[in-house]
Amino acid sequence: MRVTVRLFARLRDIAGAAEMPREVSSGATIATVWRELAGEFPGLSDYERSMSSALNADYARMDAEVHDGDEIAFLPPVSGG
Amino acid sequence: MNVPLLAIGPTPLAPESLVSAVAEGSDGAIVTFLGLARNQNQGRRVRYLEYEAYAPLALKTFDRIAGEARGRWPGVRVALHHRTGRVNIGEASVAIVTASPHRGDAYASCRYIIERVKQIAPVWKREYFEGGDVWIEGATVDPNDVRAREEAERIACA
Repeated sequence: MRVTVRLFARLRDIAGAAEMPREVSSGATIATVWRELAGEFPGLSDYERSMSSALNADYARMDAEVHDGDEIAFLPPVSGG
Repeated sequence: MNVPLLAIGPTPLAPESLVSAVAEGSDGAIVTFLGLARNQNQGRRVRYLEYEAYAPLALKTFDRIAGEARGRWPGVRVALHHRTGRVNIGEASVAIVTASPHRGDAYASCRYIIERVKQIAPVWKREYFEGGDVWIEGATVDPNDVRAREEAERIACA
């Protein structure tokens, strides 16, 4: 199945793309998607402990299961205001 | 034209329109907070800032924060707008307006809201300074972290 990954701020810079389609297997979680991504873009691993994740524009835990068509976002520490 | 109470986007902020949007006859106080892009940070001479956001989640987060404020200070009404894109020195990147029958609640809820924005809103600031640029990275987001919420409340009521 296919999901869309969105990356923001420095994570986007590291991967060189704001948005990318990814193929994932059935039963995959947000953590699965992150591990594959971090394998491809090793710089992302620095954010393993400090980033947050979202599923379809809602904050979600890394163990949340993903489904076909989902949008998964990885968010570095925020600095709004 | 109706001004939305919660917004994020590239349009320059117009705090007067937020005041009009929240004001009611029962108000005894309206507090406006503007967060500005300033010309120095950690010894660097800042040229301008650029903000990026995950807009749909930012709006939901603003709504969540406004709800938290109303729960803690009943009767408070909230408007919250955040800029994206380039923000020049002296311009506002965020505007928060709180209205209440009582000034204490208006002040405290306004302070609470900016603290929570800094903790959990999916917004990022890139600082362009003389000699380079850097992403500013602050809080790791955990919207359900009770301690973070209590800390924002403690600051608001200090």
